[in-house]
Amino acid sequence: MKNSTAAATEKEQLKKRKRSQMTEIWRRMRRNRLAMFGLVIVSILIIVAVFANQIADYNTVAIKQNVVERLQGPSAEHWAGTDEFGRDIFARLVHGARISLLVGVVAVCIALVTGGILGAIAGYFGGTVDNVIMRIMDIFLSIPILLLAIMIVAALGSSMLNLMIAIGLASMPTFARIVRASVLSVKDQEFVEAARAIGAKNDHIILRHIMPNCLSPIIVQATLRVATAILSTASLSFISLGIQAPAPEWGAMLASGRAYIRDAPHIVIIPGLLIMITILSLNLLGDGLRDALDPKLKR
Amino acid sequence: MAEEHPILEVRNLKKYFKTPKGMLHAVDDVSFCIQRGKTLGIVGESGCGKSTTGRSILRLIEPTSGEVLFEGRDILRLSKDEMRRMRQKMQIIFQDPYSSLNPRMTISDIIAEPLRLHRLCSSSADCEKRVQRIMETVGLAERLVNSYPHELDGGRRQRVGIARALVLQPSFIVCDEPVSALDVSIQAQILNLMQDLQEQLHLTYIFITHNLSVVNHLADEIAVMYLGQVVEKAPAIELFEHPQHPYTKALLSAIPVPSLKKRTEMQPLTGEISSPINPPQTCRFAPRCPYACDRCTEGVPALRHLGGEHYVACCLCQQ
Amino acid sequence: MNNHNILLDIQNLSVEFRTDDGVVKAVNGMSLQIERGKTLGLVGETGAGKTTTALSILRLIPDPPGVITDGSITLDGEDILAAGKHQLEKMRGSLVSMIFQDPMTSLDPVLPVGEQIAEVYILHERISRQEAEKRAGEMLELVGIPALRGRDYPHQFSGGMKQRVVIAMALACNPKLLIADEPTTALDVTIQAQVLKLMKELKSKYDMSMLMITHDLGIVAEVCDEVSVMYAGRVVEHGTLEDIYEHTAHPYTEGLFHSIPNIDARARRLIPIPGLMPDPTDLPPGCPFAPRCSYAVEECGKALPASISLSDTHSVACILRQKEE
Repeated sequence: MKNSTAAATEKEQLKKRKRSQMTEIWRRMRRNRLAMFGLVIVSILIIVAVFANQIADYNTVAIKQNVVERLQGPSAEHWAGTDEFGRDIFARLVHGARISLLVGVVAVCIALVTGGILGAIAGYFGGTVDNVIMRIMDIFLSIPILLLAIMIVAALGSSMLNLMIAIGLASMPTFARIVRASVLSVKDQEFVEAARAIGAKNDHIILRHIMPNCLSPIIVQATLRVATAILSTASLSFISLGIQAPAPEWGAMLASGRAYIRDAPHIVIIPGLLIMITILSLNLLGDGLRDALDPKLKR
Repeated sequence: MAEEHPILEVRNLKKYFKTPKGMLHAVDDVSFCIQRGKTLGIVGESGCGKSTTGRSILRLIEPTSGEVLFEGRDILRLSKDEMRRMRQKMQIIFQDPYSSLNPRMTISDIIAEPLRLHRLCSSSADCEKRVQRIMETVGLAERLVNSYPHELDGGRRQRVGIARALVLQPSFIVCDEPVSALDVSIQAQILNLMQDLQEQLHLTYIFITHNLSVVNHLADEIAVMYLGQVVEKAPAIELFEHPQHPYTKALLSAIPVPSLKKRTEMQPLTGEISSPINPPQTCRFAPRCPYACDRCTEGVPALRHLGGEHYVACCLCQQ
Repeated sequence: MNNHNILLDIQNLSVEFRTDDGVVKAVNGMSLQIERGKTLGLVGETGAGKTTTALSILRLIPDPPGVITDGSITLDGEDILAAGKHQLEKMRGSLVSMIFQDPMTSLDPVLPVGEQIAEVYILHERISRQEAEKRAGEMLELVGIPALRGRDYPHQFSGGMKQRVVIAMALACNPKLLIADEPTTALDVTIQAQVLKLMKELKSKYDMSMLMITHDLGIVAEVCDEVSVMYAGRVVEHGTLEDIYEHTAHPYTEGLFHSIPNIDARARRLIPIPGLMPDPTDLPPGCPFAPRCSYAVEECGKALPASISLSDTHSVACILRQKEE
């Protein structure tokens, strides 16, 4: 029948519309050139980190010393030159990306889960619970992030896991605050009341109505926080509290290379630039996401 | 209809909020009842407790004291689970069609949610069918099922809100200023829809609004509230033709009439609504009342029967 | 019409907002005039372009994305669209001022209201702070607020009181034109009645002109002398109160009257205008109201109907009226 074909095309259109929210976000994202730049750089870094071993073998290239070729400038053989032990800097940077991203992402996950849960509890239940949790977070916040991380690493010993925990806990209060604030603003909206009016229980309201509406500030913050975490890792490694030699961490590379800055400036400049570009890209991406995810900015 | 069994009866409903400055008497001793299939309009200005009354009846706010008898049962005594089941019969339509719909859910998800919560669908196909049927009832095009609320205009969003309330097939609906956020031409569409639905589905409405002309259009009976109390209650026609309470009179005369005939000079009330925190035990309207006398400060005037269905709480209004 | 008796003359004004999603045509060839000492009601629904028109008079359209693409605005003999930045600043507040819908956001929360009013005097009349504050006090008394309360902050006032403060501020420098954009929409009816009465009194006391923007035909009947009905960025009907209320000519105006629940006609069922406002990024060719109009004929979709006068005071932009002529 004529009707059924019309209905079929109608259905087709419906399917298209269902994806429209994601498409819409993507469309807004794509219009933001800086954010796209950030996204491209971050994607490249992720790909490089994942395929680090295929690009340059860890044991034979990245940490193998070759004193004969020490402190060489960039060349066809060593794209980014060699360091003071003759190791290929490019290979070390590639494996460094793996470490940095891993620490950054895991640390942020730790912060997100702990801070997120605490913040959600504080925001939804309010009252004394809220007060106790948030005052503890305030105490955390009053200590500089790096100092806090140093304390934790100093107490637990310096290993990669401890580093992640240290950086994660240090950014936990930020997440607690953000999640609490967004839960508070969503909690009072009429659709939450509407859900109660149709007979929804607390868990349903939190999972189905409150959480989805808190996601965008959390995603944005997580992106921005990965940048901070990478920077903290580099800083801690720079003062030798982070990743230990010979592992190729960017901050540690900076630290060990700084003695040779006059003879071979590239061994400091290249990792330094890479850190800068990574942080910049993550921040651009985070800002772009914020603009793209916020439906209120939509005209 | 069975006159002797009102569908809803509210007795001495009170809701006080604790504030740093003292007790805020949002709703103070309000009583009324509604017959099945009728509309009660609750009218008042902001801060008079009309929305709190509506929400207390549905226990979206827990009242401080009083009784709310729905089909003869006091719902304030129901357990959480019993109340949840009771919500199938009692629904609410909100004022703001922008914040009352979850922006992350599609229209069909929003309308189907009550069905899923109460496990009223045998299958997802059944659910889809019922959503479609209700969308047709409220005049939403089928192609909108997978749209998100922000893609719709105010009038359509309000239709979604109405569909969500109706999908459980309730017999009683609290309408909290359902048209005040809409443009006039859209407002008329929604008002007509609500009237049609009432006739078709034999619904009972409590219609909360600040706009007297809107209730005049819809309500069978009207209760006028001032500072948490009902000051006058009468059948709609009676209230508009023979308003008794000075506040009702002032309210009626303050409405700008869109017509050049019957122009009367506005006689606005002086002063503003006084604080609902720890109100004095006197007539609460007295400070603004042009007819206030000494008797007005001798206790709170009770709602007195004036004959017919007309009640008024003013010591100056006799038979 | 007597030319120098006209205070505000807008001819063929068009304003667009150029956004990424397309060009929003907010105002399309809008014309209106206000005589000295008269009040014009500008009526229309959300998105009709009322506020954009008002902001154009003050040249306060956010640019970008807003652009005035066509037309002219003459206020008290001065060409607004050609005025320089300095001239505009001098003009705003002293020649024309505006009251916004929301009194809560149009006052600075961290300054006492008296100081905010005094600021206007200091800016425009270069008088000492002391003198300015004295006059601010007088202004407050004029709108029914004790001068002493000038020391209070905005949050210490109720909504109606705040709107009085806003009015005092707008009238401080005795402007010739007051633009009021839905000044009572956020207020309760009894307070609205107070504020409207106050505005009417002040208007005749200062002998100024007023542009009253509203969606409420009741308010128009209460305070205005003439009415312009706007739809999709154009004036579709203009006339005196009597022309519009008693001899309604445009189908849209008629639709508006039928949509309002009337306190005197209870039993009447409302007759809503079907459909929605056209999308301002994609206006239909021809009469923009045609898709919703129950009298529409084929010709309506072809060309924009020109405004034709039915009498000295009454004009309408509808093809059906043209035929009758």
